[in-house]
Amino acid sequence: MPHKTFFAFILPSLIAMVLFIALPIASVVVQSLYVAHERVMVEVENCQPFGGCTTELRVDAAATAELQREQPLGRFNGLGTYFNRAHLATAELGAIVSSDLGFGDKLARILNLPFYKALIFTLTYCFVVTPLAMILGFAIALAVNALPRVTKGPIIFFSLLPMIITPLIGSLILYWMLSPNGILGATIQHIFNDRTLSLRASPVLTWIALLVYGVWTNGPFSFVVFYAGLQTVPGDTLESAMIDGASRWERIRYVIIPHLMPLATFVALVQLMDNFRVFEPIVGFSAEANATSLSWLIYNDLSGDAQQFGSAGATSVLTIIGVVILLMPVLARTWREFKHKAV
Amino acid sequence: MSDVVAHRRPAALNILIYGFIVLWLILAAVPFLWTVWGSFKVEADFFSRESWWHAIFGTNTVRQTGEPFTGAGYHGAWVLRDFWRAAFNTVIVTVCVTVISLTLGTLGGYALARSGHRYAFWILIAALVFRAMPHITLVSGYLLPFFQLNIWGVLPTSIIVLVAINQPFTLWMLHSFFLSIPKDLDESAMVDGCTRFQAFRLVIMPVMWPGVVTTGLFSFLLGYNDFAVTAMLLSAENQTMVPKISSFLGSIQETGNVMYAVAAVVSATVPLFILVLFFQRQIVSGLTAGAVKG
Repeated sequence: MPHKTFFAFILPSLIAMVLFIALPIASVVVQSLYVAHERVMVEVENCQPFGGCTTELRVDAAATAELQREQPLGRFNGLGTYFNRAHLATAELGAIVSSDLGFGDKLARILNLPFYKALIFTLTYCFVVTPLAMILGFAIALAVNALPRVTKGPIIFFSLLPMIITPLIGSLILYWMLSPNGILGATIQHIFNDRTLSLRASPVLTWIALLVYGVWTNGPFSFVVFYAGLQTVPGDTLESAMIDGASRWERIRYVIIPHLMPLATFVALVQLMDNFRVFEPIVGFSAEANATSLSWLIYNDLSGDAQQFGSAGATSVLTIIGVVILLMPVLARTWREFKHKAV
Repeated sequence: MSDVVAHRRPAALNILIYGFIVLWLILAAVPFLWTVWGSFKVEADFFSRESWWHAIFGTNTVRQTGEPFTGAGYHGAWVLRDFWRAAFNTVIVTVCVTVISLTLGTLGGYALARSGHRYAFWILIAALVFRAMPHITLVSGYLLPFFQLNIWGVLPTSIIVLVAINQPFTLWMLHSFFLSIPKDLDESAMVDGCTRFQAFRLVIMPVMWPGVVTTGLFSFLLGYNDFAVTAMLLSAENQTMVPKISSFLGSIQETGNVMYAVAAVVSATVPLFILVLFFQRQIVSGLTAGAVKG
């Protein structure tokens, strides 16, 4: 296809992506280097008839607004935002590591730093939910594959629901069931015989609830992909494995799993990518006291009255770096395939 | 293969398989059924500390309203709290996002599938990286410029942003779909004297609908399910359903009208139910096509 035709076809799409994906990324980087203006202070002399005169400092609201209008980005701060307490917190981290506290205390202190608290939850969510959801999906796929054909349609219908549901709505539905007055929350209190056990009070319960939500909503994707993969397992290989005396488990272990391996890497990469941006469940479960994620930190900086663009920008840049690190294996593989094809 | 093996399966294994599937179906479906059922009760039943049987029989609902079912939550959400406006905005946003993304995506995906040049590969790689960006990081880049340009808070801005965020996925999906349509088809049309665009319009367009419908479903879902973009970029009166529900939560928990939020959640779930009901086959094929071509 000639260059001209190619660009005629792809230009609208390209413009949209450049304007609304590439430029915002650049804009985020720029924003992260600035912080809000300091308020302009003026000295006001305050004279009273008998008390004499005092001078005090007051905020000059008009001048502050003027400055804000002239330079909406704020003042240049370099990489300062990246290393302050709300982000990488290098100074605090150094102090904690070099202190002579026990390991548990050190960890607790690090978990008090907002960025690390979010990072640790985000990574835990990624690397716990992804494998568990894949195992669940694989198990469902194997089970459904063993059922009579007529049952498959309805089972797939109900299985798709947790995946297709709006993340915020899905997490709200589970949150209501798990709240102390909901069916599951009340049952949990009953089982442990502890009237104070609730999502709000127990960080452990909150983490478990979020991880369970993650597996619930991610499992169906693995199921659908693995189920489709199971239909392509070569019958001959299975049959010869049976003739050689392989048990059911051995057939799964040595025939089916190797056959599905390429699909499994694909599923793992897609889900890691999606789980890294975990955000809505934290809003839905009102979990911010016990668990936050990187995306939630950005949302928190941006919402509310005082929007902290610099802080949100710095967290965004750090998040993007995380995404690129996660993507490295995919990019490397695609590049190798492309080179291979070109040669 | 399953039919051959089925009759030789030991009973214990059969029990395990059926038990597991029943357990999964309960996990997958009961939260929805429970919430739909509970949305027609009063708060004292759906959030009952004493016994969850209250939610099933509606003990307090009967006491308070005289009937075992009540539409009070729906009335509160749709009429008193203007949820209809949010629903209307959602229709506008999702329809526009789906139509515009598909128009741009089919043209771009077709070009990528038919071009052997190196830059086509790089565009696909860039799209892959863009696809992985958390939406909220992009939002933090939009906000300040949008405030400056004074286009914050209105529906068209959100629509364009969602279309752009959706482009990487749409391009990949349609790119692999167009690869599966034989090249000879449009090339023979061009030998017969068509231009590239005429070949696309007369030869490719009639056969591309299955792929477009599948991709369209996922574009629809992206627009419908989005929270990060619409919550940050829309003003209160222009909110779509999902941010509206989240704004319900704060204001309603104080006044004791949690059932408004429950009713709103159920209302927003219904279209997704219908979507899966009618397009199950396309959704499954879309998920697996992406996976197999990866």
